[in-house]
Amino acid sequence: MTAMQNVSLGAHYAVHLPAPDDFAFWRERARGLIQCDVPPDRVSWVEPGGTGDLFALEGPARSEKRLPVPSSNARPVRASKRFLKLARNAALHSDPQRFGLLYRVLWRLQSNPRAMEDSADPDVRRIEELDKEVRRDSHKMHAFVRFREVGDDHYVAWFEPDHHIVRANAGFFMRRFANMQWSILTPRGCIHWDGETMRESGPARREDAPQGDPTEELWKSYYASIFNPARLKVGAMLSEMPKKYWKNMPEAELIPDLIAGAQAREAGMVAAGEREVKTIPESLAAVEQGIAACRDCPIADCGTRAIMGEGAADAPLMIVGEQPGDQEDQQGRPFVGPAGQLLDQCLDHAGIDRSTAYVTNAVKHFKFKWKGKRRIHQTPTAKEVDTCRWWLEAERSLVKPRVVLALGASAARGLLGRTVSVGKERGRPIPLEDGSELWVTVHPSYLLRLEGEACDEQGQLFARDLAAVRARLAELTE
Amino acid sequence: MSSETLREKLEILADAAKYDASCASSGTARKNSLGGKGIGSTEGMGICHAYAPDGRCISLLKILLTNHCIFDCHYCVNRKSSNVRRARFTPQEVADLTLNFYKRNYIEGLFLSSGIVKSANHTMEQLVEAARILREEHDFRGYIHLKSIPEADPELIDQAGLFADRVSINVELPTRSGLSRLAPDKNEAQIEGAMGKTKARIIQAKDERKRFKHAPRFAPAGQSTQMIVGADAARDVDIVGKASTLYKAFGLRRVYYSAFSPIPDASAVLPLKRPPLMREHRLYQSDWLMRFYGYAPGEVAQATEADGNLPLDIDPKLAWALKFRGQFPVDVNRASKEQLLRVPGLGTTAVARILKARRHRTLRLDDVARLTQSIAKVRPFLCTVDWRPTMLTDRADLRALLAPKQEQLELF
Repeated sequence: MTAMQNVSLGAHYAVHLPAPDDFAFWRERARGLIQCDVPPDRVSWVEPGGTGDLFALEGPARSEKRLPVPSSNARPVRASKRFLKLARNAALHSDPQRFGLLYRVLWRLQSNPRAMEDSADPDVRRIEELDKEVRRDSHKMHAFVRFREVGDDHYVAWFEPDHHIVRANAGFFMRRFANMQWSILTPRGCIHWDGETMRESGPARREDAPQGDPTEELWKSYYASIFNPARLKVGAMLSEMPKKYWKNMPEAELIPDLIAGAQAREAGMVAAGEREVKTIPESLAAVEQGIAACRDCPIADCGTRAIMGEGAADAPLMIVGEQPGDQEDQQGRPFVGPAGQLLDQCLDHAGIDRSTAYVTNAVKHFKFKWKGKRRIHQTPTAKEVDTCRWWLEAERSLVKPRVVLALGASAARGLLGRTVSVGKERGRPIPLEDGSELWVTVHPSYLLRLEGEACDEQGQLFARDLAAVRARLAELTE
Repeated sequence: MSSETLREKLEILADAAKYDASCASSGTARKNSLGGKGIGSTEGMGICHAYAPDGRCISLLKILLTNHCIFDCHYCVNRKSSNVRRARFTPQEVADLTLNFYKRNYIEGLFLSSGIVKSANHTMEQLVEAARILREEHDFRGYIHLKSIPEADPELIDQAGLFADRVSINVELPTRSGLSRLAPDKNEAQIEGAMGKTKARIIQAKDERKRFKHAPRFAPAGQSTQMIVGADAARDVDIVGKASTLYKAFGLRRVYYSAFSPIPDASAVLPLKRPPLMREHRLYQSDWLMRFYGYAPGEVAQATEADGNLPLDIDPKLAWALKFRGQFPVDVNRASKEQLLRVPGLGTTAVARILKARRHRTLRLDDVARLTQSIAKVRPFLCTVDWRPTMLTDRADLRALLAPKQEQLELF
């Protein structure tokens, strides 16, 4: 054993690393020591600034001199690929024991080349843990570094890593921001990229970094807006973004308020969309009682009364309008105002007896705005129509008409649940889920607003639609 | 003034985009900005640049081009009949915002979607234009996810795939009846037709790249989709079945589940309640079982309860194991990889570690403890040289023993 010649038996060696992340240096020294058969318990590894070893009181220069030199024909040192991969990362950990651990496993690998495969071994497991923690720290650095613009396309960030990862991650930021000038300042050393070369410098302080960037306001707006208060999960956030990182992330200052307001925002949304749970009415009388008491949409607060449909309870034809108007509200019956009178005329003309039909509205209350002393009709919103659909469906399931005639787009929405174009859908039946069919045409009030030629033309189309319904009804009820 | 309006628009259009669950930026082709004129890189794993208090990762700038929409889908905050505030970005504004955020390391890239304005084609053109500005004018090499509009011309969807890393089309609801009731303007055949075309285009591009080194990539991170959970009456069995059909038929990378969550000015058709977050979580777990643990969709269905839904108090893998106790305990030192993957509490990493370690030693219980997260959870289902669960696996109250303890409510 030639290597043993310059190893003093029982001697203890201290190796002083030039930098805490200098894996190449460690590798070089570890290789030599193993070739000289120095067992792990006789070596200690000292980082710059770290406390020296109890047994090796000599200064770095002297102890370096005392390291044994392997002979030229010493056995080559071998390690598995997996060891190299993990060790490179584990060496960056801030655990002062890491180099000793790596040396111990490297030593064992010489007699058991497959030792790294056994994750149940405590040393191997520890290397895996160190590697994982360093990878996580690097990953968080990639994620949480926040650049601030200091000049024309020149950016500076401040970051506080847990481990010695800065130099090892310079490549990531260089590849990502290749055509940008940037610096990352950390208490463990800094890296600077000018678009061509990477430069390193010593530790920096927080005050050395710029304190703000106008774009951060936009970013904070984005952060607050993308948060869904109905899904509050603070634990999930904390496990991925622990508080220690918050102080260097501009958006983090919003978190306490976002959390505090979340429950109220969610409750507000739920309450706004809340409806009284009702039992399905079993008779038209129950519908009439129900609509009188219904306060599910804001129209009910207009101070008008609910207008129930009227007509035969087993009518084969159901005619649905938009909502009661001023006259209907005063008289308490559907389709008695000017539009109702026009409808009566047209029905008469088409040969449909109104008394055999069930006439109702998509929305049961009159929605209006005061203009002087007059109450001016307001079109119900889609949501109001959808809300009232509950009652219309109840009427339809009780009356069971064969044919439903919707007058206007609101009525059609009340029956279909979606907005359709009257112009496109008129003149042909649309099958409904219960097997009946829907015919869509314009509302008679539309005809009242037209003048001259347009009025005649639309009047004819309306008459044609009614005639088609009459014919279809005759076919179905024969 | 102009920055004020930009900020308002960002608030409206980010708020409108937050119901899309996907924020992934992983699994695309490796790119970096060396030798280019711009910035950006994608290196394997996705990076989550921040987490919102809802626990969700913020990896991409996820916004809509506009929240104006001619569709009226009841579950959607942007539907035509909703009275939310509306706003609209130009493609240039989107590109500038993306670059400004990217340069400060806030994001991995852009996830751009849109309400339908004017027509499907017009909307799709605008989406593609934003991606084109980023890629061609700024040589941006970060991640881009574009939402395809199924009604748009195939040529436009094609262009989207050439600029984007990932394209996606949401199926939204697992059943056809749910779709026709809640999304009356959408059409299942059209959505699946567009997904089929995208799949064919992805396969074609992969094939071309095998022959020609410089053939253009098409959506290298594949396509994904999203289903809303809890808006219609679909059961977990239906959802899991639909998801596995989608994975098979369209080679999807991911199916995302989005618990239907309260929105401002909700539709009268869909009463609001708290989002079913735990149900969503169980569905994701079942998704993992199918993708990484070798469970067939029918086996996930076996884990459901009588009502066709997965149990909420325990995870689907444990539910399956409790139903099929005859398959346990498995011997850690002899069992096959497939058998080990079925042990509740053993993940893919732990199984890989066990397989490697047992070549070197006969595993004892404390060896297994070192290799897994929680020995208490796995113990009833496996044996080692020094451990047999004997009675444990047969105990009637095993479920109660293993289910997470109900936390007692504090006085408020």
